Amino acid sequence: MLAYILRRLLYAIPILIGVNLLTFALFFIVNTPEDMARMQLGAKHVTPDAIERWKVEHGYDRPLLLNAKASGSAQLTDTIFFQHSAAMFVFEFGKGDDGRNIGNEIRTRMGPSLAIALPVFVIGLLVNITFALLMVFFRSTYLDLWGVVLCVVLMSISGLFYIIAGQYFISKMWNLLPISGFAGGVDGLKFIMLPVLIGVVAGIGSGARWYRTIFLEEIGKDYVRTARAKGLSEVRVLFRHILKNGMIPILTGAVVVLPLLFMGSLITESFFGIPGLGSYTIDAIQAQDFAVVRAMVFLGSFLYIVGLILTDISYSWADPRVRLQ
Amino acid sequence: MIITADVGAVLGYTGGMMRIGATLLKTVLLGISLNLMSGCSDSWNNPYPGSAEEANVVYSAFTERPKHLDPARSYSANEAEFTGQIYEPPLQYHFLKRPYTLVPLTAEEVPQPRFLDSSGRELPSDAPSSRIAESMYEIRIRPGIRFQPHPAFARDAAGRYRYHAMRATDVADKTQIGNFEHTGTRELVAADYVYQIKRLANPKLSSPIFGLMADHIVGLKALGEALENAAKAHPEAELNLNDFPLAGAEVVDAYTYRIRIKGKYPQFVYWLAMPFFAPVPWEADVFYAQPGMVDKNLTLDWQPVGTGPFYLAENNPNRRMVLKKNPNFHGETYPIEGEAADREAGLLADAGKSLPLIDAAVFSLEKETIPYWSKFLQGYYDSAGISSDSFDQAIQFSGGGDPQLTESMRRQDIQLFTTVETSIFYVGFNMLDPVVGGLGKDRQKLRQALSIAFDYDEYISIFRNGRGIPAQGPIPPGLFGYTEGVAGLNPYVYEDRGGQIVRRSIETARKLLAEAGYPNGRNAKTGAPLVLYFDTTASGPDAKSRLDWMKKQLDKLDVQLVSRGTDYNRFQDKIRKGNTQLFELGWNADYPDPENFFFLLYGPHKKVGTGGENATNYDNPEFNRLFERMKDMDNGPERQQVIDAMLAIVRRDAPWIFTFYPKSFGLRHGWVHNVKPNLMANNTLKYRRIDPAQRNAKRAEWNHPVLWPIALLVSGMAAVIAPAAIAWRRRERKTA
Repeated sequence: MLAYILRRLLYAIPILIGVNLLTFALFFIVNTPEDMARMQLGAKHVTPDAIERWKVEHGYDRPLLLNAKASGSAQLTDTIFFQHSAAMFVFEFGKGDDGRNIGNEIRTRMGPSLAIALPVFVIGLLVNITFALLMVFFRSTYLDLWGVVLCVVLMSISGLFYIIAGQYFISKMWNLLPISGFAGGVDGLKFIMLPVLIGVVAGIGSGARWYRTIFLEEIGKDYVRTARAKGLSEVRVLFRHILKNGMIPILTGAVVVLPLLFMGSLITESFFGIPGLGSYTIDAIQAQDFAVVRAMVFLGSFLYIVGLILTDISYSWADPRVRLQ
Repeated sequence: MIITADVGAVLGYTGGMMRIGATLLKTVLLGISLNLMSGCSDSWNNPYPGSAEEANVVYSAFTERPKHLDPARSYSANEAEFTGQIYEPPLQYHFLKRPYTLVPLTAEEVPQPRFLDSSGRELPSDAPSSRIAESMYEIRIRPGIRFQPHPAFARDAAGRYRYHAMRATDVADKTQIGNFEHTGTRELVAADYVYQIKRLANPKLSSPIFGLMADHIVGLKALGEALENAAKAHPEAELNLNDFPLAGAEVVDAYTYRIRIKGKYPQFVYWLAMPFFAPVPWEADVFYAQPGMVDKNLTLDWQPVGTGPFYLAENNPNRRMVLKKNPNFHGETYPIEGEAADREAGLLADAGKSLPLIDAAVFSLEKETIPYWSKFLQGYYDSAGISSDSFDQAIQFSGGGDPQLTESMRRQDIQLFTTVETSIFYVGFNMLDPVVGGLGKDRQKLRQALSIAFDYDEYISIFRNGRGIPAQGPIPPGLFGYTEGVAGLNPYVYEDRGGQIVRRSIETARKLLAEAGYPNGRNAKTGAPLVLYFDTTASGPDAKSRLDWMKKQLDKLDVQLVSRGTDYNRFQDKIRKGNTQLFELGWNADYPDPENFFFLLYGPHKKVGTGGENATNYDNPEFNRLFERMKDMDNGPERQQVIDAMLAIVRRDAPWIFTFYPKSFGLRHGWVHNVKPNLMANNTLKYRRIDPAQRNAKRAEWNHPVLWPIALLVSGMAAVIAPAAIAWRRRERKTA
């Protein structure tokens, strides 16, 4: 298995270079370094000299991908792409356009992102699976029917609506929780309860329906019939047999997103004032801070690859027939 | 029995997950318990856990994290909210007096320039500008002012700086300035001001005003070049600015320094009230330049060192920024005079008291308007602006059109304050464009006709909820040169009807359009319809309705308007290259002088070719001549006469459609005192006073938790679960 993981990690390097190159190309097709300088320097009293100085300060005074004036390997290394990309492979992200160390920001902001994303993920998984199993248990009854209707209704509502409605009723009308903010330690509990609650409720519709489909597919299989024939109760059939066999598709969806929980949620963090990586990314996109966008895309790609590897490992854990070679 | 066994089976397989769930449930219950326990003294929704209820603290929000707090770099209003309280330039604006008046801050007095001719001989104060080679400002600061406590000043028993020779490992465990055990201070001296002026030229700082100041301060450009060369020669070394002389800024004695300005530039004195000219101690630069500091975000750009009434005690731009009273503050008292209405408004109740009147200010990051507004209504922010979403909830207009607070706002004892900003929005015509540009009579009439057709009185009503007043020229109210009432109307767009300013009729516009060669919106020679192009960065549903409105305005003249949407960068590029026809821009005053608006129309400053701020590329020799005269004049009847002549020219030529001067509306709670909008000053926090006891009582009254929804939820869940459990049981029994 170790050889498999190492091989997969090595495969990740060309993927990450490709992602990085693509991000770089897309960003610089839209923005020249001069555009970025103008964006950062504002609209007042911006002189060509000031733009040049900004470019030098941020290392954007080199050619983009190929330095024709340089010789040898410097033609490739003395470029914006290389200078800003190579260090990322050892997780050195450099500075954002505001001068702050990106690595430091990421380390600081991961905690708040996880404080929301992890409970939403775990509680959401529990609630969705439980709800799906209940619908399966009561399949073909009015409870199943209304359960599905409820799921469709919940799915149809915009995520933003849950946030606004949750803030309006729970925080503004009923004064039960702070409407936004964040704090560390035990003080932080009252701030994360509302976004977590909203995150879980917003995910029930799609999650429960998805798991219900998985379980219903399993429930028609021969081993289930055999289990029933042995005289097992429906609860035992559901929780001992169907749940276990339904784990592979559940793992596919769940484990792959596990590392990405670090990246946070763009909208939730913004609305609840959570100082996480989601709001960091959206701020960087709005400010056209290429250094931060590139770092976040790189990190996202890396974590996604890690997620895929973890998914493969979890397959072998959930199903002994799967062997990683 | 069966169910018990099944539950065991379920737990057996999902035990791990259930244990996690149980832990989380316990955590949530703990959270609720904590809330319940604290319910006696604290509201459940209080976003300031652990804060003392009676603390003399201002609570506010910031919507965008500041990018720079270094006074050489910072140029945004959201940054000035912090730098203005920490740094002290030599001058400041009087808090209450209008028109805006400069008064000393750290200086002994507002400096008067001395004029020198090309051979260095002093000239009389009324010498003509043509003879003045240099203006010299001598500034004397008050002795005894000390910097805030900071580790950069800390010394050991032998007098050596404790933290000026650190290695990266020494700062490995430091994440904020408070982590350094020792702090120190020292007296502010004139050299600190000179040092900061040199910092403006430091290429590593990219000061936004370096280009502008290099044109004015003697030797600053040369210093910039010298520093740039030095930085290129030794890219890794930190520049020691004390090794580089600056001809235009010299220390006279410990408390006096001189600044030499090329020619006459009376507006320079206003720059002396901005943080760009605040003192920075050299020790701070040495301290922050040490290895490992930048990686920890320990830089002067994020950790200011000033002499002002507050210091930045907590700097987490991702969550909150906290200003606390500077224990070394030199002392200042609340103004004892103001405008006539100030005493009645209670703004002189604290006259003569020591500043600041609060102990701290907590600024929380609040990006979205909904939570921002809700927290204000809950009493967790002391004051707030009004977004368009909440405007109707807060404001209603009286029969006479005056804005008033709604009943719900009045019930909460919320106060409204309004002010017309020293800003203008305008629609610019590219004067290089073959259709709308040029100074010929026909083009003037075309632009005048379009100026009438765009009914910005209607626009203000529809799109800005009345928050603006129609502009009559480039100078906004509150600045010298602005004339109130019918005497100051733009006669090409408005007329005086019995003392009322009324927009000219669309027939007048049609007539002007015909005279311009476009009768009924068609070219008189070719018969082709007149099609105009409007470049805009606006997008989204709101923008669409505004663009539709603009199109409708020109439909009145049978002129077609085509909107060309573009992003900000492309838009700027088009403006720079003169590839536009019509576009919309705005300008916010740097300082309260008409020169700061007229220079936007000064020919030699045109965007195409020079990269100046004249985006329309307007270039009228007569206007330019008057501008050159006006900019060096002192305020008075003679200057007003020149300004009136310039206004007459620019209204006739109509390179801009003067659209509106924005009006800002702000709200504050009844416990907040000494709030008077001051659009020039950014250091007004020191005057603010609050009544914490009243705030605390109101917060408790407004935020009493409503518990019935929890009971309803529990009952509802029971109502759903009970029949399901019964059905489950029946079914299990049937299966068994």
